[in-house]
Amino acid sequence: MENKREAVIKIENLVKKFGLRTVLDGINLEIYKGETFVIVGGSGCGKSTLLRHMIGSIKADSGKVSLLGRNISELSEDEMDKVRKKIGMSFQGSALFDSMSVGENVSLPLVEHTRLEQSVIDIVIKMKLELVGLRGFESLMPSELSGGMKKRVGLARAIAMDPEIVFYDEPTAGLDPIVTGVIDKLVIDLSKKLSITSVVVTHDMGSVFRIADRIAMLYEGKMVEVGTKEEIRTSKNPLVQQFITGDPDGPIKFFQQKDDYLEQLTK
Amino acid sequence: MNIVEKTGKSIISVTRHVKDVLGLFFDTLYWIIVGPFKKKFPKSRGIFEQMVFTGVKSVIIVFFVAFFTGIVIAMQSAYQLSKLGGTIYVAAMVSVSVARELGPVLTALVVAGRVGAAITAELGSMKVSEQIEALETMALNPIRFLVVPRFLALLIMLPCLTIFSDIVGIAGGFLVGIYNLDLNPYRYIDVSFNFLVWKDVWTGIIKSISFAIIISMIGCYMGLNTKGGAEGVGKSTTLSVVTSFILIILFDCVLTGIFYFSNM
Repeated sequence: MENKREAVIKIENLVKKFGLRTVLDGINLEIYKGETFVIVGGSGCGKSTLLRHMIGSIKADSGKVSLLGRNISELSEDEMDKVRKKIGMSFQGSALFDSMSVGENVSLPLVEHTRLEQSVIDIVIKMKLELVGLRGFESLMPSELSGGMKKRVGLARAIAMDPEIVFYDEPTAGLDPIVTGVIDKLVIDLSKKLSITSVVVTHDMGSVFRIADRIAMLYEGKMVEVGTKEEIRTSKNPLVQQFITGDPDGPIKFFQQKDDYLEQLTK
Repeated sequence: MNIVEKTGKSIISVTRHVKDVLGLFFDTLYWIIVGPFKKKFPKSRGIFEQMVFTGVKSVIIVFFVAFFTGIVIAMQSAYQLSKLGGTIYVAAMVSVSVARELGPVLTALVVAGRVGAAITAELGSMKVSEQIEALETMALNPIRFLVVPRFLALLIMLPCLTIFSDIVGIAGGFLVGIYNLDLNPYRYIDVSFNFLVWKDVWTGIIKSISFAIIISMIGCYMGLNTKGGAEGVGKSTTLSVVTSFILIILFDCVLTGIFYFSNM
């Protein structure tokens, strides 16, 4: 059934190397319109790099990335900008512009890309900030906000242009449980009510099972498992099970071999 | 790694940097020329803010540097010229050397230290905190949005500051001339402007325009290529100021050579 749905992101055989290290090793992936797709994996497994390929800020060594039906490695800057106007990205460190107030940050894409009157833009900003629970904070500067508030402003900015796809890089990392719940609910609302496609990169497993329609697990640059919440939860794959339970012992090695340790200590 | 390998590697890396800085420069020119037709020229408010920061707020430091340099030149040349009995030529010495050389170069060095460093530190922080990437994802070109206003502000304000420092430097020399050397003020001014020809002034302005390009391009390039957190920002800021200083002196030498040998 799922195959009949429209794929808004399609990745074929994506390979990326940084120097000698292969970060992404033959990724194949399809993300459908309106779903919330979560990419999980340990730190340094390449999930942020994968996300950056999807938004076109990193070019692949080989393979193909299609976004909204366009192969982004073949697009000119102008055409890429047209695609970029249809996507929004919420950054891990919020990436708000320090020299601009909260309101200016959220309104920037609207001011630059639309011909709306300032009064209309002001209304849109209020609506977007209301969605993240920060109405009335327009005139504050980013330096006056807490980390969680910055992240929510970053999210409001990402959805300012009413994008078709929103990318979230660790949206709930470092936030308290209530704010995490608010952001989770927002992600669900956006996808259910406005049928926005969401692509979330995270390792917060609690939030993963709340928001995800489908989950993909990345390990050492490879896609080890893709499936619905239930499929992942009941997966037989030991890598997936270890990641869900957070067991320090398992196929995913955290510590190096013990004999090496003695050798390196005494070297 | 042997010495040949090391030299080869550093030559390759310098060539790459030169190529990238020139690339940035041509991209900047592209956005200045093409921007207005695509309705994508930076907002005048952004340029104006940068002009205030670059120009108006540099006035005090440029004033002090130029004023004291004028005094020093007057005293140093009086020491030499008094032996020849021609103290009145202090006036000519000050006006010509300030307009041709010291005004443009010292102003550029001061501005490189103040504005160039600030540009690199700001863009560098934006780079390491993903703000540059955020601009790109919003389909806002960082060159158009960040580099062009800083480039234009320096291109307009540095020549203005240079003319200002020429005037202040000559005024500094004037004070030494009339109070210390007891020269007739009218005579002093007369001699100053008799020896100062238009060429002295406009070669100074051409120098300051090329210094403005150096400071803005090096400052933006180092900022946009910052890597590695707060430490990286510190490193590229230092590198930006050092590179600007060296290039300013180098271009000063080259341009002076061109003006000297072409007899313009």
